[in-house]
Amino acid sequence: MIDRIKSFFSTFLLFELLKGMMLTGRYLFARKITVHFPEEKTPQSPRFRGLHALRRYANGEERCIACKLCEAVCPALAITIDSEQREDNTRRTTRYDIDLTKCIFCGFCEESCPVDAIVETHILEYHGEKRGDLIYTKDMLLAVGDRYEEKIAQDREADANYR
Amino acid sequence: MEYVQQLFEQFFGIEWGGALLILTRNLALILLIVLPLLLGVAYLTLAERKIIAYMQIRVGPNRVTFFGIPWLAGWGQPIADAVKAIMKEIIIPSGANKFLFVLAPVLTIAPALAAWAVVPFSPEIVLADINAGLLYILAMTSMGVYGIIIAGWASNSKYAFLGTMRTAAQVVSYELAMGFALVCVLMMSESLNLSDIVKGQQGGSFLNWYLIPLFPMFLVYFISGVAETNRAPFDVAEGESEIVAGFHVEYSGMAFTVFFLAEYSNMILVASLASIMFLGGWLPPIDIIPFTLIPGFIWLLLKIAFLLFCFLWFRATFPRYRYDQIMRLGWKVFIPITLAWIILLGGIMQLPPSFLNLWPLNLWFH
Repeated sequence: MIDRIKSFFSTFLLFELLKGMMLTGRYLFARKITVHFPEEKTPQSPRFRGLHALRRYANGEERCIACKLCEAVCPALAITIDSEQREDNTRRTTRYDIDLTKCIFCGFCEESCPVDAIVETHILEYHGEKRGDLIYTKDMLLAVGDRYEEKIAQDREADANYR
Repeated sequence: MEYVQQLFEQFFGIEWGGALLILTRNLALILLIVLPLLLGVAYLTLAERKIIAYMQIRVGPNRVTFFGIPWLAGWGQPIADAVKAIMKEIIIPSGANKFLFVLAPVLTIAPALAAWAVVPFSPEIVLADINAGLLYILAMTSMGVYGIIIAGWASNSKYAFLGTMRTAAQVVSYELAMGFALVCVLMMSESLNLSDIVKGQQGGSFLNWYLIPLFPMFLVYFISGVAETNRAPFDVAEGESEIVAGFHVEYSGMAFTVFFLAEYSNMILVASLASIMFLGGWLPPIDIIPFTLIPGFIWLLLKIAFLLFCFLWFRATFPRYRYDQIMRLGWKVFIPITLAWIILLGGIMQLPPSFLNLWPLNLWFH
Protein backbone atom coordinates (compact mmCIF):
# COMPACT_ATOMS: atom_id res chain seq x y z
CA MET A 1 0.00 0.00 0.00
CA ILE A 2 2.73 2.43 1.05
CA ASP A 3 4.68 1.50 -2.07
CA ARG A 4 1.68 2.17 -4.26
CA ILE A 5 1.15 5.59 -2.70
CA LYS A 6 4.84 6.34 -3.09
CA SER A 7 4.87 5.35 -6.74
CA PHE A 8 1.67 7.31 -7.36
CA PHE A 9 3.26 10.48 -6.05
CA SER A 10 6.58 10.01 -7.79
CA THR A 11 4.69 9.58 -11.09
CA PHE A 12 2.14 12.29 -10.47
CA LEU A 13 4.70 14.89 -9.40
CA LEU A 14 6.79 14.13 -12.52
CA PHE A 15 9.68 13.04 -10.30
CA GLU A 16 10.65 10.21 -12.63
CA LEU A 17 10.50 12.43 -15.68
CA LEU A 18 12.75 14.96 -13.95
CA LYS A 19 15.24 12.21 -13.16
CA GLY A 20 15.38 11.29 -16.83
CA MET A 21 15.83 14.88 -17.83
CA MET A 22 18.68 15.31 -15.33
CA LEU A 23 20.45 12.41 -17.02
CA THR A 24 20.21 13.88 -20.51
CA GLY A 25 21.00 17.29 -19.02
CA ARG A 26 24.25 15.91 -17.64
CA TYR A 27 25.19 14.45 -21.00
CA LEU A 28 24.64 17.85 -22.62
CA PHE A 29 27.87 18.94 -20.93
CA ALA A 30 29.73 15.64 -21.28
CA ARG A 31 32.85 15.41 -23.44
CA LYS A 32 31.87 14.54 -27.02
CA ILE A 33 33.38 11.38 -28.45
CA THR A 34 32.83 12.14 -32.14
CA VAL A 35 35.88 11.73 -34.37
CA HIS A 36 35.93 14.66 -36.82
CA PHE A 37 36.64 12.45 -39.82
CA PRO A 38 38.64 14.24 -42.49
CA GLU A 39 40.73 16.07 -39.87
CA GLU A 40 40.95 13.23 -37.35
CA LYS A 41 41.17 9.54 -38.12
CA THR A 42 40.77 6.46 -36.01
CA PRO A 43 43.91 4.31 -35.65
CA GLN A 44 44.25 1.66 -38.36
CA SER A 45 45.48 -1.91 -37.97
CA PRO A 46 48.20 -3.17 -40.36
CA ARG A 47 45.67 -5.89 -41.22
CA PHE A 48 43.17 -3.34 -42.51
CA ARG A 49 41.40 -4.57 -45.65
CA GLY A 50 40.80 -1.68 -48.02
CA LEU A 51 41.40 -1.02 -51.71
CA HIS A 52 43.15 -3.83 -53.59
CA ALA A 53 46.58 -3.62 -55.20
CA LEU A 54 48.75 -5.87 -57.37
CA ARG A 55 52.37 -5.98 -56.27
CA ARG A 56 55.64 -6.36 -58.17
CA TYR A 57 58.98 -7.88 -57.20
CA ALA A 58 61.87 -5.53 -56.54
CA ASN A 59 63.14 -6.05 -60.11
CA GLY A 60 59.85 -4.76 -61.54
CA GLU A 61 58.46 -8.13 -62.56
CA GLU A 62 54.79 -8.51 -61.65
CA ARG A 63 54.18 -11.15 -59.00
CA CYS A 64 50.90 -12.54 -60.27
CA ILE A 65 51.29 -15.91 -62.02
CA ALA A 66 47.64 -16.25 -63.03
CA CYS A 67 46.96 -19.30 -60.84
CA LYS A 68 43.37 -18.04 -60.48
CA LEU A 69 43.13 -19.17 -56.84
CA CYS A 70 41.78 -15.76 -55.90
CA GLU A 71 39.17 -15.93 -58.63
CA ALA A 72 38.12 -19.36 -57.35
CA VAL A 73 37.98 -18.38 -53.68
CA CYS A 74 36.23 -15.05 -54.16
CA PRO A 75 32.80 -15.50 -52.51
CA ALA A 76 31.33 -12.48 -54.30
CA LEU A 77 32.64 -13.45 -57.76
CA ALA A 78 34.21 -10.03 -58.03
CA ILE A 79 37.48 -11.14 -59.70
CA THR A 80 37.79 -11.94 -63.43
CA ILE A 81 41.10 -13.25 -64.79
CA ASP A 82 42.24 -14.12 -68.33
CA SER A 83 45.74 -15.55 -68.84
CA GLU A 84 48.17 -16.26 -71.68
CA GLN A 85 51.70 -17.54 -72.15
CA ARG A 86 54.23 -14.75 -72.49
CA GLU A 87 57.24 -14.86 -74.91
CA ASP A 88 59.49 -16.15 -72.06
CA ASN A 89 57.09 -19.07 -71.63
CA THR A 90 55.81 -17.89 -68.23
CA ARG A 91 52.11 -17.71 -67.56
CA ARG A 92 50.83 -14.18 -66.96
CA THR A 93 47.46 -12.50 -66.77
CA THR A 94 46.18 -10.48 -69.70
CA ARG A 95 43.20 -9.31 -67.75
CA TYR A 96 42.75 -8.92 -63.99
CA ASP A 97 39.53 -7.08 -63.08
CA ILE A 98 38.13 -6.55 -59.61
CA ASP A 99 34.59 -5.23 -59.43
CA LEU A 100 34.75 -3.24 -56.20
CA THR A 101 30.97 -2.82 -56.20
CA LYS A 102 30.71 -6.61 -55.77
CA CYS A 103 33.71 -7.05 -53.46
CA ILE A 104 32.89 -7.65 -49.79
CA PHE A 105 36.48 -7.05 -48.58
CA CYS A 106 36.78 -10.49 -46.93
CA GLY A 107 40.47 -10.75 -47.73
CA PHE A 108 40.27 -14.34 -49.03
CA CYS A 109 42.06 -13.35 -52.29
CA GLU A 110 44.99 -12.05 -50.30
CA GLU A 111 45.09 -15.19 -48.13
CA SER A 112 44.85 -17.56 -51.07
CA CYS A 113 47.58 -15.90 -53.12
CA PRO A 114 50.74 -18.08 -53.14
CA VAL A 115 53.02 -15.20 -54.25
CA ASP A 116 51.51 -12.30 -52.27
CA ALA A 117 50.56 -10.59 -55.52
CA ILE A 118 47.03 -9.42 -54.73
CA VAL A 119 46.83 -7.53 -51.44
CA GLU A 120 44.34 -5.31 -49.69
CA THR A 121 45.83 -1.99 -48.67
CA HIS A 122 45.11 0.54 -45.95
CA ILE A 123 43.33 2.87 -48.42
CA LEU A 124 39.66 3.48 -47.61
CA GLU A 125 38.96 6.88 -49.17
CA TYR A 126 38.33 6.26 -52.85
CA HIS A 127 35.26 6.73 -54.97
CA GLY A 128 33.81 6.45 -58.45
CA GLU A 129 31.92 9.24 -60.14
CA LYS A 130 30.11 7.20 -62.79
CA ARG A 131 29.03 3.65 -63.41
CA GLY A 132 32.03 1.44 -64.05
CA ASP A 133 34.52 3.65 -62.22
CA LEU A 134 34.80 1.06 -59.48
CA ILE A 135 35.70 -1.82 -61.81
CA TYR A 136 39.47 -1.81 -61.29
CA THR A 137 41.53 -3.20 -64.17
CA LYS A 138 44.99 -4.77 -64.02
CA ASP A 139 46.72 -1.50 -64.89
CA MET A 140 44.89 0.41 -62.18
CA LEU A 141 45.64 -2.27 -59.57
CA LEU A 142 49.33 -2.33 -60.54
CA ALA A 143 49.41 1.45 -60.32
CA VAL A 144 48.01 1.33 -56.79
CA GLY A 145 50.61 -1.30 -55.91
CA ASP A 146 53.48 0.78 -57.35
CA ARG A 147 52.36 3.89 -55.56
CA TYR A 148 51.95 2.39 -52.08
CA GLU A 149 54.52 -0.44 -52.24
CA GLU A 150 56.46 0.93 -49.30
CA LYS A 151 53.45 1.05 -46.98
CA ILE A 152 52.15 -2.30 -48.23
CA ALA A 153 55.51 -4.01 -47.53
CA GLN A 154 55.67 -2.39 -44.11
CA ASP A 155 52.18 -3.64 -43.18
CA ARG A 156 53.00 -7.22 -44.34
CA GLU A 157 56.21 -7.06 -42.33
CA ALA A 158 54.37 -5.96 -39.19
CA ASP A 159 51.91 -8.83 -39.51
CA ALA A 160 54.39 -11.49 -40.71
CA ASN A 161 54.67 -13.29 -37.35
CA TYR A 162 50.98 -14.04 -37.23
CA ARG A 163 50.42 -15.41 -40.75
CA MET B 1 4.59 60.08 -39.11
CA GLU B 2 2.83 63.37 -39.92
CA TYR B 3 5.24 63.96 -42.76
CA VAL B 4 4.73 60.47 -44.20
CA GLN B 5 0.96 60.93 -44.02
CA GLN B 6 1.21 64.21 -45.94
CA LEU B 7 3.41 62.50 -48.51
CA PHE B 8 0.87 59.70 -48.99
CA GLU B 9 -2.05 62.13 -49.23
CA GLN B 10 -0.24 64.26 -51.83
CA PHE B 11 0.66 61.23 -53.89
CA PHE B 12 -2.55 59.15 -53.73
CA GLY B 13 -5.10 61.88 -53.00
CA ILE B 14 -6.97 62.63 -49.76
CA GLU B 15 -9.42 59.70 -49.82
CA TRP B 16 -6.89 56.96 -50.69
CA GLY B 17 -3.79 58.29 -48.90
CA GLY B 18 -4.86 57.51 -45.33
CA ALA B 19 -6.10 54.00 -46.13
CA LEU B 20 -2.99 53.13 -48.12
CA LEU B 21 -0.80 54.45 -45.32
CA ILE B 22 -2.48 52.12 -42.82
CA LEU B 23 -2.20 49.23 -45.28
CA THR B 24 1.51 49.86 -45.88
CA ARG B 25 2.18 50.28 -42.18
CA ASN B 26 0.42 47.04 -41.26
CA LEU B 27 2.14 45.12 -44.06
CA ALA B 28 5.50 46.39 -42.82
CA LEU B 29 4.63 45.36 -39.26
CA ILE B 30 3.52 41.90 -40.40
CA LEU B 31 6.79 41.45 -42.28
CA LEU B 32 8.63 42.69 -39.18
CA ILE B 33 7.05 39.86 -37.18
CA VAL B 34 7.00 37.07 -39.77
CA LEU B 35 10.53 37.41 -41.15
CA PRO B 36 12.29 37.17 -37.77
CA LEU B 37 9.89 34.35 -36.91
CA LEU B 38 10.87 32.34 -39.98
CA LEU B 39 14.53 33.04 -39.29
CA GLY B 40 13.89 31.86 -35.73
CA VAL B 41 12.31 28.70 -37.09
CA ALA B 42 15.33 28.07 -39.32
CA TYR B 43 17.72 28.40 -36.42
CA LEU B 44 15.44 26.44 -34.11
CA THR B 45 15.99 23.45 -36.41
CA LEU B 46 19.73 23.97 -36.04
CA ALA B 47 19.40 24.36 -32.26
CA GLU B 48 17.36 21.17 -32.14
CA ARG B 49 19.93 19.17 -34.05
CA LYS B 50 22.79 20.62 -32.02
CA ILE B 51 21.20 20.17 -28.59
CA ILE B 52 19.94 16.66 -29.25
CA ALA B 53 23.36 15.78 -30.66
CA TYR B 54 25.07 17.14 -27.55
CA MET B 55 22.74 15.16 -25.31
CA GLN B 56 23.71 12.05 -27.27
CA ILE B 57 27.45 12.86 -26.93
CA ARG B 58 27.70 13.80 -30.60
CA VAL B 59 28.53 17.21 -32.07
CA GLY B 60 25.76 17.76 -34.64
CA PRO B 61 26.02 19.85 -37.81
CA ASN B 62 29.38 21.62 -37.83
CA ARG B 63 30.40 21.95 -41.49
CA VAL B 64 28.33 24.48 -43.45
CA THR B 65 29.61 27.99 -42.91
CA PHE B 66 29.35 31.46 -44.46
CA PHE B 67 32.17 32.58 -46.77
CA GLY B 68 34.47 29.98 -45.25
CA ILE B 69 34.65 31.70 -41.86
CA PRO B 70 35.71 28.88 -39.50
CA TRP B 71 34.02 30.08 -36.29
CA LEU B 72 30.66 30.22 -38.07
CA ALA B 73 30.89 26.50 -38.90
CA GLY B 74 27.43 24.93 -38.64
CA TRP B 75 25.52 28.21 -38.82
CA GLY B 76 24.94 27.88 -42.55
CA GLN B 77 23.17 24.54 -42.14
CA PRO B 78 19.53 25.85 -42.06
CA ILE B 79 20.18 27.98 -45.15
CA ALA B 80 21.66 24.99 -46.98
CA ASP B 81 18.67 22.87 -45.94
CA ALA B 82 16.26 25.53 -47.18
CA VAL B 83 18.03 25.80 -50.54
CA LYS B 84 17.97 22.03 -50.90
CA ALA B 85 14.24 21.87 -50.12
CA ILE B 86 13.41 24.64 -52.59
CA MET B 87 15.32 22.87 -55.37
CA LYS B 88 13.47 19.60 -54.88
CA GLU B 89 10.51 18.48 -56.93
CA ILE B 90 7.04 18.52 -55.38
CA ILE B 91 5.58 15.14 -56.25
CA ILE B 92 1.79 14.86 -56.28
CA PRO B 93 0.66 11.22 -55.97
CA SER B 94 -1.50 10.04 -58.87
CA GLY B 95 -4.48 9.14 -56.68
CA ALA B 96 -4.35 12.34 -54.66
CA ASN B 97 -6.87 15.12 -54.65
CA LYS B 98 -4.60 17.75 -56.20
CA PHE B 99 -6.41 20.84 -54.95
CA LEU B 100 -6.59 19.69 -51.31
CA PHE B 101 -3.07 18.25 -51.49
CA VAL B 102 -1.66 21.66 -52.33
CA LEU B 103 -4.06 23.51 -50.03
CA ALA B 104 -3.18 21.48 -46.92
CA PRO B 105 0.30 22.96 -46.21
CA VAL B 106 -1.12 26.44 -46.67
CA LEU B 107 -3.91 25.67 -44.21
CA THR B 108 -1.33 24.45 -41.71
CA ILE B 109 1.05 27.39 -41.85
CA ALA B 110 -1.49 30.23 -42.20
CA PRO B 111 -2.99 29.91 -38.69
CA ALA B 112 0.44 29.25 -37.21
CA LEU B 113 1.61 32.63 -38.51
CA ALA B 114 -1.71 34.47 -38.07
CA ALA B 115 -1.83 33.71 -34.35
CA TRP B 116 1.24 35.93 -33.88
CA ALA B 117 -0.85 39.04 -34.58
CA VAL B 118 -2.01 39.34 -30.97
CA VAL B 119 1.21 38.36 -29.19
CA PRO B 120 2.50 41.34 -27.18
CA PHE B 121 6.30 41.56 -27.39
CA SER B 122 6.49 44.49 -24.98
CA PRO B 123 3.95 47.03 -23.62
CA GLU B 124 4.10 49.01 -26.88
CA ILE B 125 4.98 46.40 -29.51
CA VAL B 126 1.85 44.45 -30.47
CA LEU B 127 0.33 44.25 -33.94
CA ALA B 128 -3.33 43.91 -32.92
CA ASP B 129 -4.13 44.71 -29.29
CA ILE B 130 -7.61 43.17 -29.41
CA ASN B 131 -9.72 42.43 -26.35
CA ALA B 132 -10.51 38.83 -27.34
CA GLY B 133 -6.84 37.95 -27.87
CA LEU B 134 -6.96 34.68 -25.98
CA LEU B 135 -10.04 33.52 -27.89
CA TYR B 136 -8.36 34.48 -31.15
CA ILE B 137 -5.29 32.42 -30.21
CA LEU B 138 -7.43 29.40 -29.29
CA ALA B 139 -9.36 29.70 -32.56
CA MET B 140 -6.19 29.99 -34.65
CA THR B 141 -4.32 27.12 -33.02
CA SER B 142 -7.40 24.90 -33.46
CA MET B 143 -7.45 25.72 -37.18
CA GLY B 144 -4.05 24.13 -37.69
CA VAL B 145 -5.41 20.62 -37.27
CA TYR B 146 -7.55 21.05 -40.41
CA GLY B 147 -4.40 21.32 -42.51
CA ILE B 148 -3.12 18.05 -41.04
CA ILE B 149 -6.44 16.25 -41.54
CA ILE B 150 -6.75 17.47 -45.11
CA ALA B 151 -3.13 16.56 -45.85
CA GLY B 152 -3.66 12.99 -44.70
CA TRP B 153 -6.94 12.66 -46.52
CA ALA B 154 -5.79 14.18 -49.80
CA SER B 155 -2.62 12.06 -49.97
CA ASN B 156 -4.61 8.90 -50.71
CA SER B 157 -2.15 6.86 -48.64
CA LYS B 158 -2.84 4.48 -45.78
CA TYR B 159 0.07 5.69 -43.68
CA ALA B 160 -0.89 9.31 -44.11
CA PHE B 161 -4.47 8.50 -43.25
CA LEU B 162 -3.50 6.60 -40.09
CA GLY B 163 -1.31 9.50 -39.01
CA THR B 164 -4.16 11.88 -39.63
CA MET B 165 -6.63 9.88 -37.56
CA ARG B 166 -4.17 9.78 -34.68
CA THR B 167 -3.47 13.51 -34.88
CA ALA B 168 -7.11 14.48 -35.08
CA ALA B 169 -8.04 12.52 -31.95
CA GLN B 170 -4.94 13.64 -30.06
CA VAL B 171 -5.16 17.34 -30.85
CA VAL B 172 -8.86 17.50 -30.07
CA SER B 173 -8.34 15.79 -26.68
CA TYR B 174 -5.50 18.04 -25.62
CA GLU B 175 -7.25 21.17 -26.81
CA LEU B 176 -9.72 20.62 -23.96
CA ALA B 177 -7.09 20.40 -21.23
CA MET B 178 -5.27 23.37 -22.76
CA GLY B 179 -8.47 25.42 -22.85
CA PHE B 180 -9.27 24.61 -19.21
CA ALA B 181 -5.74 25.58 -18.15
CA LEU B 182 -6.22 28.90 -19.91
CA VAL B 183 -9.56 29.37 -18.19
CA CYS B 184 -7.61 29.49 -14.90
CA VAL B 185 -5.37 32.23 -16.30
CA LEU B 186 -8.34 34.18 -17.47
CA MET B 187 -10.06 33.83 -14.07
CA MET B 188 -6.95 35.24 -12.39
CA SER B 189 -6.43 38.13 -14.79
CA GLU B 190 -10.12 38.80 -15.51
CA SER B 191 -9.22 39.69 -19.08
CA LEU B 192 -8.89 38.02 -22.48
CA ASN B 193 -6.45 40.67 -23.68
CA LEU B 194 -2.91 39.26 -23.69
CA SER B 195 -1.36 42.61 -22.77
CA ASP B 196 -3.72 42.87 -19.80
CA ILE B 197 -2.83 39.32 -18.75
CA VAL B 198 0.84 40.34 -18.59
CA LYS B 199 -0.02 43.58 -16.79
CA GLY B 200 -1.97 41.53 -14.24
CA GLN B 201 1.29 39.79 -13.33
CA GLN B 202 3.10 43.05 -12.58
CA GLY B 203 4.05 43.84 -9.01
CA GLY B 204 7.75 43.71 -8.36
CA SER B 205 9.09 40.19 -8.76
CA PHE B 206 8.59 36.73 -10.19
CA LEU B 207 6.41 35.88 -7.16
CA ASN B 208 3.60 37.78 -8.87
CA TRP B 209 3.69 35.65 -11.99
CA TYR B 210 0.83 33.23 -12.49
CA LEU B 211 3.44 30.46 -12.56
CA ILE B 212 3.33 30.24 -8.75
CA PRO B 213 -0.41 29.97 -8.01
CA LEU B 214 -1.12 28.10 -11.23
CA PHE B 215 1.96 25.85 -11.35
CA PRO B 216 0.02 22.64 -12.14
CA MET B 217 -1.86 24.54 -14.84
CA PHE B 218 1.46 25.69 -16.30
CA LEU B 219 2.61 22.08 -16.53
CA VAL B 220 -0.71 20.99 -18.02
CA TYR B 221 -0.60 23.83 -20.54
CA PHE B 222 2.99 23.18 -21.53
CA ILE B 223 2.60 19.41 -21.86
CA SER B 224 -0.64 19.91 -23.80
CA GLY B 225 1.27 22.35 -25.98
CA VAL B 226 3.86 19.67 -26.70
CA ALA B 227 1.03 17.29 -27.61
CA GLU B 228 -0.74 19.95 -29.65
CA THR B 229 2.32 20.60 -31.81
CA ASN B 230 2.82 16.83 -32.29
CA ARG B 231 6.29 16.94 -30.80
CA ALA B 232 8.08 14.07 -29.07
CA PRO B 233 7.06 12.32 -26.81
CA PHE B 234 3.59 12.84 -28.32
CA ASP B 235 4.63 12.48 -31.96
CA VAL B 236 2.51 9.42 -32.78
CA ALA B 237 1.16 11.48 -35.68
CA GLU B 238 4.59 11.19 -37.29
CA GLY B 239 5.74 7.98 -35.65
CA GLU B 240 8.70 7.32 -37.94
CA SER B 241 9.08 3.74 -36.74
CA GLU B 242 5.41 2.78 -37.13
CA ILE B 243 3.82 4.82 -39.91
CA VAL B 244 6.92 6.27 -41.62
CA ALA B 245 6.09 9.96 -41.28
CA GLY B 246 2.36 10.06 -40.73
CA PHE B 247 0.37 12.72 -42.49
CA HIS B 248 3.23 14.10 -44.58
CA VAL B 249 4.54 10.82 -46.05
CA GLU B 250 3.57 11.85 -49.57
CA TYR B 251 4.88 15.39 -49.39
CA SER B 252 8.26 16.43 -50.74
CA GLY B 253 10.29 19.53 -51.41
CA MET B 254 8.88 22.88 -50.38
CA ALA B 255 5.42 21.48 -49.51
CA PHE B 256 7.06 19.28 -46.89
CA THR B 257 9.13 22.20 -45.66
CA VAL B 258 5.98 24.25 -45.16
CA PHE B 259 4.66 21.58 -42.77
CA PHE B 260 7.97 21.75 -40.99
CA LEU B 261 7.83 25.54 -40.75
CA ALA B 262 4.30 25.31 -39.35
CA GLU B 263 5.32 22.76 -36.72
CA TYR B 264 8.24 24.85 -35.55
CA SER B 265 6.42 28.18 -35.58
CA ASN B 266 3.68 26.49 -33.54
CA MET B 267 6.37 25.42 -31.07
CA ILE B 268 7.58 29.00 -30.78
CA LEU B 269 3.98 30.17 -30.43
CA VAL B 270 3.22 27.73 -27.61
CA ALA B 271 6.45 28.73 -25.85
CA SER B 272 5.68 32.43 -26.18
CA LEU B 273 2.09 32.00 -24.99
CA ALA B 274 3.27 29.98 -22.00
CA SER B 275 5.75 32.72 -21.14
CA ILE B 276 3.13 35.45 -21.60
CA MET B 277 0.46 33.74 -19.54
CA PHE B 278 2.51 32.10 -16.82
CA LEU B 279 6.02 33.57 -16.84
CA GLY B 280 5.07 37.24 -16.91
CA GLY B 281 5.73 37.97 -20.60
CA TRP B 282 8.00 40.97 -20.96
CA LEU B 283 8.36 41.53 -17.19
CA PRO B 284 11.82 41.11 -15.64
CA PRO B 285 12.09 38.53 -12.83
CA ILE B 286 12.90 41.20 -10.21
CA ASP B 287 12.21 44.93 -10.55
CA ILE B 288 15.68 46.13 -9.57
CA ILE B 289 18.12 48.15 -11.57
CA PRO B 290 20.24 45.75 -13.66
CA PHE B 291 17.18 43.73 -14.68
CA THR B 292 14.88 46.65 -15.50
CA LEU B 293 17.49 48.15 -17.84
CA ILE B 294 17.12 45.21 -20.22
CA PRO B 295 14.24 45.93 -22.65
CA GLY B 296 11.04 43.91 -22.26
CA PHE B 297 11.15 41.93 -25.48
CA ILE B 298 14.59 40.56 -24.56
CA TRP B 299 13.09 39.12 -21.37
CA LEU B 300 10.28 37.64 -23.44
CA LEU B 301 12.81 36.17 -25.88
CA LEU B 302 14.82 34.67 -23.02
CA LYS B 303 11.72 33.02 -21.56
CA ILE B 304 10.70 31.71 -25.00
CA ALA B 305 14.21 30.39 -25.57
CA PHE B 306 14.17 28.55 -22.26
CA LEU B 307 10.82 26.91 -22.98
CA LEU B 308 11.96 25.95 -26.48
CA PHE B 309 15.04 24.39 -24.94
CA CYS B 310 12.67 22.35 -22.78
CA PHE B 311 10.84 21.21 -25.94
CA LEU B 312 14.13 19.90 -27.34
CA TRP B 313 15.15 18.49 -23.96
CA PHE B 314 11.91 16.45 -23.84
CA ARG B 315 12.58 15.15 -27.31
CA ALA B 316 16.08 14.04 -26.38
CA THR B 317 14.89 12.36 -23.18
CA PHE B 318 11.51 10.68 -23.48
CA PRO B 319 10.45 7.73 -25.63
CA ARG B 320 7.22 8.02 -27.61
CA TYR B 321 3.96 7.47 -25.72
CA ARG B 322 1.79 4.57 -26.72
CA TYR B 323 -1.44 5.77 -28.30
CA ASP B 324 -3.81 4.63 -25.54
CA GLN B 325 -1.48 6.17 -22.94
CA ILE B 326 -1.73 9.52 -24.70
CA MET B 327 -5.50 9.32 -24.58
CA ARG B 328 -5.46 8.28 -20.92
CA LEU B 329 -3.16 11.14 -19.99
CA GLY B 330 -5.34 13.66 -21.79
CA TRP B 331 -8.77 12.54 -20.65
CA LYS B 332 -8.20 10.84 -17.30
CA VAL B 333 -5.39 12.93 -15.83
CA PHE B 334 -5.24 16.43 -17.31
CA ILE B 335 -8.94 17.22 -17.59
CA PRO B 336 -9.75 16.17 -13.98
CA ILE B 337 -6.76 18.14 -12.66
CA THR B 338 -7.71 21.27 -14.55
CA LEU B 339 -11.38 21.00 -13.52
CA ALA B 340 -10.41 20.54 -9.87
CA TRP B 341 -8.09 23.55 -10.06
CA ILE B 342 -10.77 25.71 -11.65
CA ILE B 343 -13.15 24.88 -8.79
CA LEU B 344 -10.45 25.53 -6.19
CA LEU B 345 -9.53 28.82 -7.81
CA GLY B 346 -13.16 29.86 -8.05
CA GLY B 347 -13.57 29.09 -4.36
CA ILE B 348 -10.55 31.20 -3.44
CA MET B 349 -11.82 34.09 -5.54
CA GLN B 350 -15.14 34.00 -3.68
CA LEU B 351 -13.39 34.49 -0.31
CA PRO B 352 -14.10 37.83 1.41
CA PRO B 353 -11.65 40.64 0.44
CA SER B 354 -10.09 40.64 3.90
CA PHE B 355 -8.72 37.15 3.17
CA LEU B 356 -7.52 38.07 -0.31
CA ASN B 357 -5.48 40.93 1.17
CA LEU B 358 -3.45 38.49 3.29
CA TRP B 359 0.14 37.87 2.27
CA PRO B 360 0.48 35.21 -0.35
CA LEU B 361 -2.93 35.85 -1.88
CA ASN B 362 -2.54 39.61 -2.26
CA LEU B 363 0.31 38.98 -4.72
CA TRP B 364 -2.06 37.62 -7.36
CA PHE B 365 -5.59 38.81 -6.61
CA HIS B 366 -6.00 42.54 -6.96
